[in-house]
Amino acid sequence: MANARISRTRLAFVHVALIVYMIIALFPVVLTIMNSFKTRNDIFRSPLTPPLPSTFSLTGYHTVLGQGDFIGYFENSLIVTVASIFCVLLFGAMAAFALSEYRFRGNLLMGLYLALGIMIPIRLGTIGILQEMVALNLVNTLVSLVLVYTAQGLPLAVFILSEFMRTVSDDLKSAGRIDGLSEYAIFFRLVLPLVRPAMATVAVFTMIPIWNDLWFPLILAPGEKTKTVTLGAQTFIGQFVTDWNAVLAALSLAIFPVLVLYVLFSRQLIRGITAGAVK
Amino acid sequence: MQGEQMESDVAIPRRQPIRWHIAVFLAPAVVIYTAIMILPLGGTLFLSFYKEVQGVEVFVGLDNFRTLFGNERWAADFWNALKNNVIFFIIHMLVQNPIGVALAALLSIPKLRFAGFYRTAIFLPTLLSFVIVGFIWKLILSPIWGVTPYLLSLVDLKFLFAPWLGKPGSALIAVSLISVWQYVGIPMMLIYAALLNIPDEVLEAAECDGITGWSQFWKIKLPLILPSIGIISILTFVGNFNAFDLIYTVQGALAGPDGSTDILGTLLYRTFFGFQLQLGDRTMGATIATVMFLIILAGVSLYLFGIQRRMRRYQF
Repeated sequence: MANARISRTRLAFVHVALIVYMIIALFPVVLTIMNSFKTRNDIFRSPLTPPLPSTFSLTGYHTVLGQGDFIGYFENSLIVTVASIFCVLLFGAMAAFALSEYRFRGNLLMGLYLALGIMIPIRLGTIGILQEMVALNLVNTLVSLVLVYTAQGLPLAVFILSEFMRTVSDDLKSAGRIDGLSEYAIFFRLVLPLVRPAMATVAVFTMIPIWNDLWFPLILAPGEKTKTVTLGAQTFIGQFVTDWNAVLAALSLAIFPVLVLYVLFSRQLIRGITAGAVK
Repeated sequence: MQGEQMESDVAIPRRQPIRWHIAVFLAPAVVIYTAIMILPLGGTLFLSFYKEVQGVEVFVGLDNFRTLFGNERWAADFWNALKNNVIFFIIHMLVQNPIGVALAALLSIPKLRFAGFYRTAIFLPTLLSFVIVGFIWKLILSPIWGVTPYLLSLVDLKFLFAPWLGKPGSALIAVSLISVWQYVGIPMMLIYAALLNIPDEVLEAAECDGITGWSQFWKIKLPLILPSIGIISILTFVGNFNAFDLIYTVQGALAGPDGSTDILGTLLYRTFFGFQLQLGDRTMGATIATVMFLIILAGVSLYLFGIQRRMRRYQF
């Protein structure tokens, strides 16, 4: 039935269109990674050929790893991202549970208050945030970034998680209450394990903007010790503009972790977006 | 069981003990969100009514706004940034979203082979940071490397090549298209999900009436996915009007050449932190942030109260 809908030539056109766009999407990334492994001469002479044994070179990577503290940047990014996701998930799930489970005065209002942040970007409050962080002596610490990203991630997390928590069966929770579980035990032992798929979706949505952000690291933590990968790559490339090997290697180093994570989790990610985002 | 339920419903007037656990569950999220997001935002809006005079903040009412719109230099910068931002947004709406919808329509063809593979590949750029994307395209479009002229010469179009990022006339379009390239994945995914949600019976009924292919897309599917297109438009709007990273990476804080790619985000950054000879100005920065806030608020309200309510929703 489905096959009868579309003729063979039509189908061929569909594939051609998709392949063309796929090339447009992947070409710049492939080009960068490919050339990062070549000698300087060959980067310019034949940018479109993959690295061959005769043109293979790791000079760029030597420069990057020797000059910039990329390992340190990775550590910072990792710490900030993991800590922020942990806070967003834990605090977001707790708030979502309170909003979806209990009826209390101000419930709706509280929900709307927390949802405000989905539409209004946190960046507009940067001037106030910086003042606050200066007052708290948190400038140039990773804590400041974790706090900001937690606040940034919470609204969407509460929104998505409370939608999911409404689907957890009431019988289960009632059974838990009859067995004498406290409200905290019901949340941590019964409800949290059941909303794990939704937590994964939220984690992915939270992770991408945090890992990629340039604005807050640039403003709140530009010091050498607290630089994240994104900011590190930005300043490094700024200094080494003319060293093409180093620039391409730095870019590739920044792409790899995202690429590896994406290959591992793309299924989960895409399922999360297509199921959780619109409905 | 049911009796119990009834009883507790009836017995509302009886005073309940304070349920502390609700407060405990809500507290961390509400405290962090309020302290880091709402208060600084409020503080920023507040600061726009003040001016720093010899280290002391003095209330000046709407003076900052008068400066922003009345002073020749400020007004020129502001309107230039706003105009560029509007163009930036229009290019996204005209290029990114239609391409996203088209790709989603192709991907949602039933039993299409390799659909998962295409989807995964096309979504990849969306995950990369602006910094990576910006630099990659800067290299590719650079006349020094020659990748773009070479590719154009393959299709005999080499004469079209110019250092697009360096010319005031084309820089904004080039930067917008880079951003489009990166973000096509989001409308694609959201529309794809919406298309998958259309029940088969509806499409089969359309086929029985002889509506297939193109006309099926225009007459049946498009009206059904309009709410999703609305959501995408407002997401694009909010994202575009607080964009910063890509322009900063590709064109620097001055958003050159000659301010031709300056948008509100880069203007805010320059005003607040200063750049080269220009000193940073906190209160004018706050004023620009306030104007951005009002623009975004206006857009979101227009969507929520004007468009979303009127949109027809179909239930299956």
